[in-house]
Amino acid sequence: MSAKPMNTSRRAQAGKAVDLPALYKSMLLIRRTEERLATLFADGEVPGFIHLSIGQEAVSAGVMSNLTKADTIASTHRGHGHALAKGLSLEGFFSELLARREGLCQGRGGSMHVADMSVGMLGANGIVGAGLSIALGSALAHKRLRPGTIAVAFFGDGALAEGLLHETLNMAALWKLPLLFVCENNGWSEFLPSEKQIAFTLERLSAAYAIPYERVDGNDAEAVALRSREIIEAVRRSGPAVLECATVRVRGHFEGDAQKYRDRADLEDVAKVDPIMRCEAVLKKTRMSDEALQALDADVRSAIENAISVARAGQDPDFERAREDVYTPQGFASP
Amino acid sequence: MTEIRYLRAINMALADAMAEDDTVVVFGEDVSEAGGSFGASRGLRDRFGPDRIFDTPISEAAIAGAAVGVAMSGLRPVIEIMFMDFITLTMDALVNQAAKARFMFGGQGSVPMVLRTPHGAGLGAGPQHSQCLEAWLAHVPGLKVVCPSDPASAYGLLRAAIRDPDPVIMVENKALYGMKAEVADELPVLPIGKAAILRRGKEVTLVSYGASVHICSAAAAQLEADGISAEVIDLRSLQPWDEATVLESLSSTHRLVVVHEAVEAFGPGAEIAARMADVGFDELDGPIVRVGAPFMPVPFSKALEGRYLPDAAKVVAAVRRTLA
Ligand SMILES: Cc1ncc(C[n+]2csc(CCOP(=O)(O)OP(=O)(O)O)c2C)c(N)n1
Ligand SMILES: [Mg+2]
Repeated sequence: MSAKPMNTSRRAQAGKAVDLPALYKSMLLIRRTEERLATLFADGEVPGFIHLSIGQEAVSAGVMSNLTKADTIASTHRGHGHALAKGLSLEGFFSELLARREGLCQGRGGSMHVADMSVGMLGANGIVGAGLSIALGSALAHKRLRPGTIAVAFFGDGALAEGLLHETLNMAALWKLPLLFVCENNGWSEFLPSEKQIAFTLERLSAAYAIPYERVDGNDAEAVALRSREIIEAVRRSGPAVLECATVRVRGHFEGDAQKYRDRADLEDVAKVDPIMRCEAVLKKTRMSDEALQALDADVRSAIENAISVARAGQDPDFERAREDVYTPQGFASP
Repeated sequence: MTEIRYLRAINMALADAMAEDDTVVVFGEDVSEAGGSFGASRGLRDRFGPDRIFDTPISEAAIAGAAVGVAMSGLRPVIEIMFMDFITLTMDALVNQAAKARFMFGGQGSVPMVLRTPHGAGLGAGPQHSQCLEAWLAHVPGLKVVCPSDPASAYGLLRAAIRDPDPVIMVENKALYGMKAEVADELPVLPIGKAAILRRGKEVTLVSYGASVHICSAAAAQLEADGISAEVIDLRSLQPWDEATVLESLSSTHRLVVVHEAVEAFGPGAEIAARMADVGFDELDGPIVRVGAPFMPVPFSKALEGRYLPDAAKVVAAVRRTLA
């Protein structure tokens, strides 16, 4: 058996058009949020490490445009885009990243562990590849409890080297689980290009499991949305699929990474394929006026500034409260 | 009263939990069609069907990781890892995911999963199929660890583990699987974190869990013949462990010996001894002595394994040391 390419683009395009302004807004929210996070981080207001997904927003916006609230996602260390596109509250998000009690995780998780179970966001993850099997389990539960609901595992090209990917692909294929694998291939994991780490292609790997595979320009929000739409419909009906999104990492691996290992030219090319600029160009040509675009940007910025003010006004988490959340007290299960 | 085997008690607990709550699902290697490598899940597939109990490939990391995702998404998974030695392959899912989720997501939810796994030497299974690694797990904030010593506690703790909202590791000494004991017709669910005092005594407290409990009982019988009265405590749970019961016993016996099959160095006994040396300092009339396996992998040869394992003679010797 070999993987059947889904060839979805033609049929999907014949269907309902993509809501480009909504995609644009979703990307803009991620971009402006991360731009502010960069400055807040530089100013020392955001503790720990942060990994920005600037340049990769189209993947989050495009895939999430086809998910419902009940669908679940497992994210990565570079998860702000996934989180915001899945619908986390902006105030809860900023409060978390600023380590506040009012944060979604009460200031105990931060950027690398932000989660919101109420919108099906099962967590950013500090462990490369770990989200794969969590999404696998979530898909398994969906299949039993909520047919038609799916789980999505986001992972970077670096996670291709983790053995857990093999276990997860195998089990997802074996059990025909409603699981979409989304690889955000930005060509880098930390400071080493992926071609120095990966001896195979995800396309050929998927074929080995007879899992349908699609590759899409991950910097084209419309393409991601269209292609993932039909793939996701297929995953809802019949089982796993792999979507590889070719994208670019604009910033360093983490904030503060001077990227000395990276070619200047590489970084210049990156600006040319910016997903937001590309989307904006299409919108300008077809639907939206400059004023409308500016108004949208102003809306997004003011929502972000509001969330930052809320976060700044928040309190430090309470130590005793944190201690109580390790596990339920002993004797809980007594009859 | 009826007489049942330890393995049968586990089987009954799984069946009763699955009957009580249809969100309970069981998966692992050879658990379904074969009924478990040791037979713990025999008959469950016929009764509950392959959607409730299913076999997995040999993918321990993904089995445990999937259990986390399953538990986050509305089911209560019970997974089996065939030998405790193989939990090395599940550690990320246990330590970084299951254990931390409640805490690091700010108490938004918990991970109600159970991992059952057998430990223990004595069957000639050799270095990679015998090790007692429970101290690793008890060291991780967010995991609960139970280790039953007999059929009734195997039943009661497994039922509690499955009802518990947090990840629970149930460690079963495989040498106990064939053990028979009389149990009540209605087996109670036992609270996690509560010890049982198996024998009252005045001069020394013997604390252990799992199979070592029986060594302590044998030692207590021998000591009694020599006129020494020993109290025997079965911890049942290691995380959380019943510090209050141990302290109370120490307060009346004033001497303490901690016994387990796990390697003595950095083992669970180190924690118990250290806590009692602290909170029980004023009660102590002798050194706290530990009896555990020597610092070596579990050997294969019976000649070596016999010396490796703790036994009643070693416990008696430890008691004499603290009484001296
Ligand atoms: C298991 C594990 N190994 C190593 C790391 C350190 N680390 C964090 S991100 C990263 C690179 C991941 O690359 P990729 O998956 O391509 O994601 P990207 O950073 O490009 O988004 C590494 C090695 C980790 N967090 N977890
Ligand atoms: Mg990468």
